[in-house]
Amino acid sequence: MSRIHVTTTINGDETEYLCEAGETLLDVLRDHLDMTGSKEGCGTGDCGACSVVVDGRLVCSCLMLAAEAEGRAVDTIEGMAQGNQLHPLQQKFLEHAALQCGICTPGILVAAKNLLERNPNPSEEEVRYWLAGNLCRCTGYDKIIRAVMDTAADLRGAA
Amino acid sequence: MPKDEYTSRDFKVVGTRPIRPDGIEKVTGKARYGADISAPGMLWGAILRSPHAHARIKGIDTSKARAMKGVKAVITRADFTHQPEDSGMADILDNCMAGDKARYDGHAVAAVAATSKSIARAALAAIEVDYEVLPHVTDVDEAMKTGAPVVEPGRQQESVPEGYCENVTGRSQYGHGDPESGFEQADLIVERSFKTAATHQGYIEPHACLATLDSDGQGDLWVCTQGHYMVRNVCAGVLGLDAGQLRVTASEIGGGFGGKTHVWMEPTALMLARKSGKPVKLVLSRDEVFRATGPTASSSVDVKIGMTSEGKITGATATYRLQAGAYPGGIAFLSAMCGFAPYDLENVRTEGFEVMTNRPKAAAYRAPGAPMGAYPVESVIDELCQKLDLDPLETRLKNAAREGTRSSYGPTYPAIGLEATLEAAKSHPHWSAPLGENQGRGVACGFWFNFGGDTCVSLMVNPDGTVSLSEGNPDIGGSRASMTMMAAEELGVPLDQVRTIIADTASLGQNEVTDGSRVTFAVGLATIKAARHAIEIMKERAAMTWGIDPEAVDWRDGAAHPAGPNAGKFPPMTIKEIAAIASNTGGPIAGHHEVNAEGAGVSFATHMVDTEVDPETGAVKVLRYTVFQDAGKAVHPDYVEGQFQGGAAQGIGWAINEEYIYGDDGRLQNAGFLDYRIPVASDLPMIEPVILEIPNPGHPYGVRGVGETSIVPPLAAIANSVSRAAGVRLTSLPMSPPRVLAALKAQ
Ligand code: FES
Ligand code: FES
Repeated sequence: MSRIHVTTTINGDETEYLCEAGETLLDVLRDHLDMTGSKEGCGTGDCGACSVVVDGRLVCSCLMLAAEAEGRAVDTIEGMAQGNQLHPLQQKFLEHAALQCGICTPGILVAAKNLLERNPNPSEEEVRYWLAGNLCRCTGYDKIIRAVMDTAADLRGAA
Repeated sequence: MPKDEYTSRDFKVVGTRPIRPDGIEKVTGKARYGADISAPGMLWGAILRSPHAHARIKGIDTSKARAMKGVKAVITRADFTHQPEDSGMADILDNCMAGDKARYDGHAVAAVAATSKSIARAALAAIEVDYEVLPHVTDVDEAMKTGAPVVEPGRQQESVPEGYCENVTGRSQYGHGDPESGFEQADLIVERSFKTAATHQGYIEPHACLATLDSDGQGDLWVCTQGHYMVRNVCAGVLGLDAGQLRVTASEIGGGFGGKTHVWMEPTALMLARKSGKPVKLVLSRDEVFRATGPTASSSVDVKIGMTSEGKITGATATYRLQAGAYPGGIAFLSAMCGFAPYDLENVRTEGFEVMTNRPKAAAYRAPGAPMGAYPVESVIDELCQKLDLDPLETRLKNAAREGTRSSYGPTYPAIGLEATLEAAKSHPHWSAPLGENQGRGVACGFWFNFGGDTCVSLMVNPDGTVSLSEGNPDIGGSRASMTMMAAEELGVPLDQVRTIIADTASLGQNEVTDGSRVTFAVGLATIKAARHAIEIMKERAAMTWGIDPEAVDWRDGAAHPAGPNAGKFPPMTIKEIAAIASNTGGPIAGHHEVNAEGAGVSFATHMVDTEVDPETGAVKVLRYTVFQDAGKAVHPDYVEGQFQGGAAQGIGWAINEEYIYGDDGRLQNAGFLDYRIPVASDLPMIEPVILEIPNPGHPYGVRGVGETSIVPPLAAIANSVSRAAGVRLTSLPMSPPRVLAALKAQ
C-alpha cells in the first residue's frame, strides 16, 4: 500500500511521517509517533479524549486525516508542560483532584487551555458548554469545572 | 463475624488532601493505559462479530482472509481446543468466541492478527460466515413468556418453580414476617410496576490488551482490567494453561465501574498470539464496547407497600425480573436483597428472577442490582408520603434501619450510618430552599453491602529507610494515594517516603478484583497490617541494638523508642537508622499481610435533588444535587467526594437519558456516544458531597468502601423529584423527553 509523506510541526518540533490515506491524525500520533497521551475513547468525534489543537483550533484528532496535518502546527498534551514546569491547568487539576481514572484528562486539559486562551474570564456555564464535547464518566465534572475556573482566576490575577 | 478492629485515634495523614502520587504522569499524558503500549514485532488483532441477535453458525470460511498478505493468524472457536469443565468457564469461552451459535448482535465469531490495523480490518471483511438466523428475544418480560425463543435450553436451576419458560434460569427469595397480615394493618397500600432500561458503564477507555503466548505455555498479558488476577485465572481456565505460566500486568485503567471485572477478549488475544507466534495488541472499538461488553440488566419490577397514616411501613413485597443476557447468571438476587435494606420492617418479602435474553451478557455495574432494587421501593414510599401528606425524610427516619435491625435480606446490622445521612439531609439548607414553577424536590435512600475479599500487600523497608508498598489492585480513582497515606500514617513517616505500586500477578499473591467498594477497606486494612508487621521487625532490631527486650520498645513518629524509664535510656532510632544497619541485624526488613478481609461494613446514602420539567418538551433539567453518605472514615476526602459525585452523575444519566435501544431485528440501535448519551458537563449542576463518618468496626481506621452506594439512590431521587414537578408518577426509566411528555399528556 502506498503511503503519504507528511511534514508537520508537533509541539514546536518539525516532524515527518508516512501514513496510509485512511489513517487519522490520532492513529499516527499514537501508533507511529508513540505519543499516546491523546486517547481514543470513541473514534467518532463524540468523547473528546483525542483533543488536540491544530493551528490554534481545537479538533478531535480522530476525525482529522493524518495527511491533512501537512504544513500545520499540532499541539498535543505532550507539549503542555514546559519541561518539568506543569501548565497552571495541570497543576490545578492535581490540586482539585479533578481526575479519577485520568483517561479523559489529557483531552480536557487541551480543550480547557484552548478555552482560556480565547476567553480568560469564562462563566461556569461557558466552561460547561465549552467542555460539553469532552466526556468524563468518573467525576460528574464538578471538580473539573472548579479547577478550570480557579486556573482562570489565577491567570487573570497574574496577568 | 467481623472482628472489632477499630480503635479511635488522632490522624496525621489520613483525612488530609495531598496531591495523588500518580498525578503528574496522568496530567502530562505519560501514564500508560491499556492501548498505550507496544511490543517489538507486534501484530494488530481484530474481531469479527455477528450481525444477528440469534443465529446458528453453519460454517466459517477463513481461507480468503488467511491468504491475504500481512495476515498472520485467523482463529475461530475451532482453535480453542481446550473445553473447560466448569460451566462458568465454558460460558466465558463461548462469550469470547461463539461456538455453534451466535447469541446476540455483536457476539464474536472469528478473529485475525495482521501487520497493520487496516489489513486486520480488511481480513475481517474477507471472512465468510454461513448463518441460519433463529428467532430471538431481547425483552425481559417477553423472554419469560411460554413459547418465547429459548436462548439456551437446559440451564434452569432447581430454584425456579415449575411452569416457567426455560429462559428463567434462577429465582431467589428473601424476607421475614407475613406481608399479607402487614397489609391488613395499613391505612394505605400502593402497588405499582416499574421498568428500567439497560445502561452501560460507559467507561471512556475501551478494553485493550497486549498478549504474548509461546509454545512452551509461557505468556504475558498487559491489560486494562479491574482485576488482573481474575484475568489470569480465567484466561488460564479457558485456554487450559497453568496460571503460574501466565503473568498479567494491569495497565492504568480508564474507568471500569464493574464492566472491567469480566473477561471479554483477552483469551482471543492470547490465542492469536499463540497461533501467530508474535505479540498481539487487541483494542475494542466503542461500537464493540457497547455491543459486546456487558451493560447492566434491564429490569421489570412489581412493588407493594402498606403504610399507616403516621408513616409506619406495615408490609412490603417486591418481585424483580432482570435480564442476564445471553448466559445464565444475573443480579436479580442482589436487587431483591438491596431494595428494602434501608428499612426496619416486620413484614417483608422479595423475590428475584434471572432471565436469559439475546443480549450481551449482563455485567456488574457499580452496586450491581441495587439501583434497580431501590428505585421502585423508594418511588412507592414517596407516593405514599404524597398521598398521606407525610414528610419524606421524617417517614424514612421513622422506618430507618439502625444498629440491631434485622435486615430484609437476613443479617442483623452493626453500627450503621443511615439515620446520620437522613438527619444531615433534614438540616441541610437544600431541604428548605424554595422551589419554582415546574420544579420538584426528590429524596431517596440507598444501600450497598460493601465487600472485603482476598488481599495481599507487601511493604518493603529499603536500605535508605524509604518504603515501597506493593498492592495488587489497579488504581481506578486514587487508591495509590489512599494506600500511601495509610502506610505513612501507620509507620509515622512523611508521605513522600512511601511509594505504592500495583504489582503484577507474579510478584504478589492473589488479589480479588477491584469491586464491591473493597479496595480502600481491604487493601487499606492489609496495608496497615503489613506496616504493623514491619514495625514489629524494626522494634526487634532496635531492641537487639540496645540489648533490651523487644516488648520494651515503642513505635511512634517513624522511630523506635524505649517504652519507658525502665527500658533504659537510649535515643530513638528512626526508620532510616534501623534500615541502614538492617544487614547487620538480621537482613532486609519487609512486612506483609495476606487476608480474606471480612467486616467491610455496609454503606448507606441519602440523595436530594431538584429538577425542573419543561411542560412543552418533557425535558428534565437537574438544578441542584446533594449527596449524604457515610464513609466510615474518609482517607482522602477529595476522592471520597469524587466517588459521591461520580455515582450521582451516572445515576442522573441512567434516570434521564441512557438506554440500550433494540430494534425488532434484535440489533442494538445506538452503539455509540452520540446516540447513547451519557451526561456531559453542560447537563449537570455542581454536585454537593456531604461526608458522614460513622466508623466501621471492621477496619483499624473505621474505613468503609464508598465507591458504589452513590449510584443507588439517584434513580429514585430523580424520579421522585420529576414526579413531584410534573404532578404525575413516572414509573419507567429513562425519563427521556418523549416519556415525560407522554406522562404529562396522559394526566
Ligand atoms: S476519540 Fe476522538 S472524539 Fe472520541
Ligand atoms: S476521570 Fe475517568 S473519565 Fe474522567
